[in-house]
Amino acid sequence: MSARPSAVVLGAAGALLLAASLFPIYWMLAASLMPESRLFESGPLLPAAVTFEHYRALFGERDFLVPIRNSLLVSGLTTIVAVPVAALCAYALARLRMRGKSVLLAFVLAVSMFPQISIVPPLYLILRDLRLLNTYPGLVLPYLTFSMPLAIWLLTGFFRQLPRDLEEAAMLDGATRIRTLRDVVLPLAAPGVASTAILIFLYCWNEFLFALSFTLGPERYTVPVAIMLFRGRYQVPWGEVLAAAVIATIPVALLVLACQRRIVAGLTVGATKG
Amino acid sequence: MNRGPAPIERDETRLAWLLVAPALGIILLVALAPIAVTGWESLHVHDLRLPWLGTPFIGAGNFVEAAGDPRFGAALLHTVAFALISVPLELVLGLALAVMMHSVVRGRAFIRVSALLPWAIPTVVAALLWRFMFEARTGILAGWFQALGLVGPAFDWFVHPLAAWVPIIAADVWKTTPFVAILLLAGLETIDPALGEAAQVDGAKPARAFLTITLPLLTPALVVAAAFRMLDALRLFDLAYVITGGGPGTATEPLSLYAFIALMQRLRFGYGSALSVTVFLLTFVFALVWVRALGRSLTGDRS
Repeated sequence: MSARPSAVVLGAAGALLLAASLFPIYWMLAASLMPESRLFESGPLLPAAVTFEHYRALFGERDFLVPIRNSLLVSGLTTIVAVPVAALCAYALARLRMRGKSVLLAFVLAVSMFPQISIVPPLYLILRDLRLLNTYPGLVLPYLTFSMPLAIWLLTGFFRQLPRDLEEAAMLDGATRIRTLRDVVLPLAAPGVASTAILIFLYCWNEFLFALSFTLGPERYTVPVAIMLFRGRYQVPWGEVLAAAVIATIPVALLVLACQRRIVAGLTVGATKG
Repeated sequence: MNRGPAPIERDETRLAWLLVAPALGIILLVALAPIAVTGWESLHVHDLRLPWLGTPFIGAGNFVEAAGDPRFGAALLHTVAFALISVPLELVLGLALAVMMHSVVRGRAFIRVSALLPWAIPTVVAALLWRFMFEARTGILAGWFQALGLVGPAFDWFVHPLAAWVPIIAADVWKTTPFVAILLLAGLETIDPALGEAAQVDGAKPARAFLTITLPLLTPALVVAAAFRMLDALRLFDLAYVITGGGPGTATEPLSLYAFIALMQRLRFGYGSALSVTVFLLTFVFALVWVRALGRSLTGDRS
């Protein structure tokens, strides 16, 4: 019986937390559909009049498809490069006999925690000298600095969760390590690999500091940089900024809706295993 | 006959290094070498606007300049204060959210999605959103604060040096509490529910059972979550850059932002590198102290 009041309190607190979580997102969506004149009266929670004017301007005058394309390309490329290379490394760290594995893993984790600003100056100078500023490789290379260690860390955790029996059976049947990895381990680890790829893609899609430092013009801006630079010198075109914010959130929201379990698995494997 | 490891083991070790090499090579090239270069740069004068100065070695000169630079001291203070205020808030709220998610039977998927959305949203988007909600006259939250009489009419959050921190901290708490909750939820799920039930059968109130049984068992997860959050908070950049730009004046300028301005706006690469090195050292020292003090709970579940 004593559980009841605490359950009510818990429920109320939970509902409050969820509302606080969701309200800003709702408000972003609602305000992006309000005419510019209505944005300045912060009264009603429901848009009285709905307009798609901001979205039209976004894809018309603003040409917002360019940053979307840039972000998709850079995030996709980084994921495609980082995950397979990291998978090889993670398999060795999770399964093979080698000395210093725990030191290597600690090193990988430490690198994934590097503050980004601490490598901006050399990367800028190197990319400038290689004439890679304002190019796609000029973003993919910096993005590997956090994607690669993160992918190794997550995949090592996922590989460790797999049962060893099937691998051992395959090897007793004469399969080499590499064949075992390809034919037995990878299919089994597919959900973990997917989790890793989703997280890497999300981190790249959301990255700001490198993109701000290493792109020079609108033709290479990623979505976060482009939105940030919408702000005029004296006045913020809030309608268009919010419409862009909604557009930038859509891919992320779709990933979350479709892959919530995989994302949670990725977040927790990184924190509990290793 | 063979005193070394069996051939098959040697082969395995060789294969292991072969598999590890490409990934480690990339990390050395794109992350570790640059850190070393930043350290090297920080010992030189390197001004991209004054190339005729060359890049003379000045030893600790840039760090001496930083030590006497009040803007650096303020940025350091801002960074540490931000971390010490926002991370505990996130841990407490994250714990509440985790307990709630843990106790709910129905609608778990919905709760998980609502919790994950703020976490997954690009930081820049979250920052713009909170700026918008706190905008004087037009912001909905600014309006609510006025309606509640907590601030005067036409109060501008971004003109007041302390009030300008509120949207930054609020955005950070909003965005990262779900991350903390998910880590803690994973911790809660490993705790045997029988323990709590046994305590309640023995007459302990739920709150007391939570404090004396669940919370101690959850400590490792809390320690890990706190470490991740602190390391992230100490490199605060996106939120401050977008929400206040460090203003009013430099009242909300964290270390990463000051380093960025020294580098990319003033093009002082030597001094900017020295500032970047201090960000690196700050997180490094925190990590060392944290592992030293609480290492056992961090590595407790390692084999």
